[in-house]
Amino acid sequence: MRRVLLGTGLVLAVAAPLRAQDTVPVREGVRVGITYQPGVRPGMLVLDGPGDVWLDSVRTILRRDLDFSDLFEMITLPPNDTTELGIGTGGSAGEFVNYGLFGALGADFTVRVRPGEPLTVFVYDGRAEAVRRELTPSVPPLEDGGFRLAVHRVADEIVRAVSGQAGIAATRFLFLQRGRVYRIDVDGTDLQGLTPAAARAFSSAWSPDGRRVAYTEFHDQGAYLYIQDVATGTRNRVGTTERGLNYTPAFAPDGNTLAFSRSDESGTDVFGYDLDRNCCLQRLTSGRFADNLSPTFSPDGRRIAFVSTRAGLPQIYVMSADGTGQELFAPFDYGVTGSSNAPEWSPDGLSLAFHRDVGGSPQIFLMDVQRRVVRQLTSAGRNEDPTWAPDGRHLAFVSNRTGNRQIWVIDLETGRVRQVTRVGEARLPAWSGRMY
Amino acid sequence: MRLSIPLTLTLGAFVLAAAAACGGQPAPPPTPTVDSAAIRDSIARAEAARRAREDSIARARAEAERMAMERRRADSLAAITRETERVRGMVMEMINFDFDKSNIRPGDAATLDRKIAIMQANAGLSITITGHADERGSDEYNLALGNRRALAAKEYMVNRGIAANRVTTASRGEEQPLDSMSTEEAWAKNRRDEFAVAAGGQQLKAPAGM
Repeated sequence: MRRVLLGTGLVLAVAAPLRAQDTVPVREGVRVGITYQPGVRPGMLVLDGPGDVWLDSVRTILRRDLDFSDLFEMITLPPNDTTELGIGTGGSAGEFVNYGLFGALGADFTVRVRPGEPLTVFVYDGRAEAVRRELTPSVPPLEDGGFRLAVHRVADEIVRAVSGQAGIAATRFLFLQRGRVYRIDVDGTDLQGLTPAAARAFSSAWSPDGRRVAYTEFHDQGAYLYIQDVATGTRNRVGTTERGLNYTPAFAPDGNTLAFSRSDESGTDVFGYDLDRNCCLQRLTSGRFADNLSPTFSPDGRRIAFVSTRAGLPQIYVMSADGTGQELFAPFDYGVTGSSNAPEWSPDGLSLAFHRDVGGSPQIFLMDVQRRVVRQLTSAGRNEDPTWAPDGRHLAFVSNRTGNRQIWVIDLETGRVRQVTRVGEARLPAWSGRMY
Repeated sequence: MRLSIPLTLTLGAFVLAAAAACGGQPAPPPTPTVDSAAIRDSIARAEAARRAREDSIARARAEAERMAMERRRADSLAAITRETERVRGMVMEMINFDFDKSNIRPGDAATLDRKIAIMQANAGLSITITGHADERGSDEYNLALGNRRALAAKEYMVNRGIAANRVTTASRGEEQPLDSMSTEEAWAKNRRDEFAVAAGGQQLKAPAGM
């Protein structure tokens, strides 16, 4: 476990949470007001400079992560591996930064990766003409399995320094490909199979801390749920899931309660289970004549949105986490609106993403949870199974717009869309929280 | 052909015995001498030959009967196997569904009726019904839909007198298509219930008239 060291003159206690140790105040007074309207995003420049393959990789990954944050207009310059643009090294005053040059290039923020021990990452604020943040991250060698994630964390801290909220580079997807659950970094690299290659898995979910995953595995008659430790690969069958088909697992924000769907001779219903105590199976819905499935917790853990066929076609309902107070959640026109499925509550609690059948193809919809108003987000091809980034601003979904099903990410602020996976087929994605 | 060797041996022994008997004719008087030991020997040889012949005939007859019985048994086993296979084929015959529906279509009721008659004629037979969906619906919802399709067929059979514990249900959603093309024809094929023998299918009787 490698820890990223952050902040000017920051001293870290080894076992303590990272943010609690960040006692050096960021200079709030120089913050530029960031507006997220297209066209007026602040310019971001990541400086080239002398260095080796390792440093080049760090800069390349940072540049791409900052681009994928969709917060900046990325400024690209011709490659330069001899000098750091705008950084003067001579004279008795030591280093100086040519903010005027950065300003002329349209760079509101400039990132510089300075080699040395320790590696230092500067975030220069062009308008304030000051260092916005100085980071001293611990980044392992290229061949270390933790290299990319360490750099992604640096990118997330740069985003935090500039916008006040950490980025989403150090996050991962789970997805299903031909019966196997894989994980992949959010930038589409570092693909790894998680579940046994010979088994047939199905839907999966991250624990809130990203250390465990829950997933379905088919067996002769039924389908069990497993909880697997991502780092060690150790897995345990969820005790109660030995009968029926158990799928669509969802961790509550406490990381202990698991909600899931079970299909058996009495139909399909949503259940809750206490993982720590390995007990206390609770049936949250009951419908002999309707199917209830696909639970998703509100970020405060107090409510569960789910799919029910109680009105005929599947639509989105909501209930308290104990199963009481069930009601329709996403409005629909009876006999007109198509099936609605796969709800996922946004991390800020304000939105619900789901897919709804429009003219025979699923499309991504968003609902304003307070006003209960829905709007359609996609329209071309099949777009399904949305999953939220921890920033609540990016949404991933499965789309067949380039032929076969792949994971795509949309930035809800700018509408910018990018493809994450280029594999045989990717289905049922689940976006993790930040991997800290 | 296994008969030929004992037969040849028996005949040979018989000729020898006859020759011995001829050679044992009493000589003309006046000096009649009887070699009683030779006579006893020849009688014994003749008796042995007779027994050997009778034994070989009995063996041949038993062998023939055994083979005939084996043929009859094989014939009847083949008939039973053929019937079992035929009945199993009817048990396994799939039924199909309309898009996003789980109701039994009128044409498929006859298929289920055949299965009911078979289960009534074979008290030890129990089956598993697995529901499947096409790829168009939601992946996770399709598991519930497949479950509902399996339950619909079970309910039909239970309502017509089959004990519920003889029918188990499962679903594979859209995970195991019969036809992986994305065409109307493939989808129609993939929206189905599959039926498998769970137990008691070693020997199956066809119901009367089937």
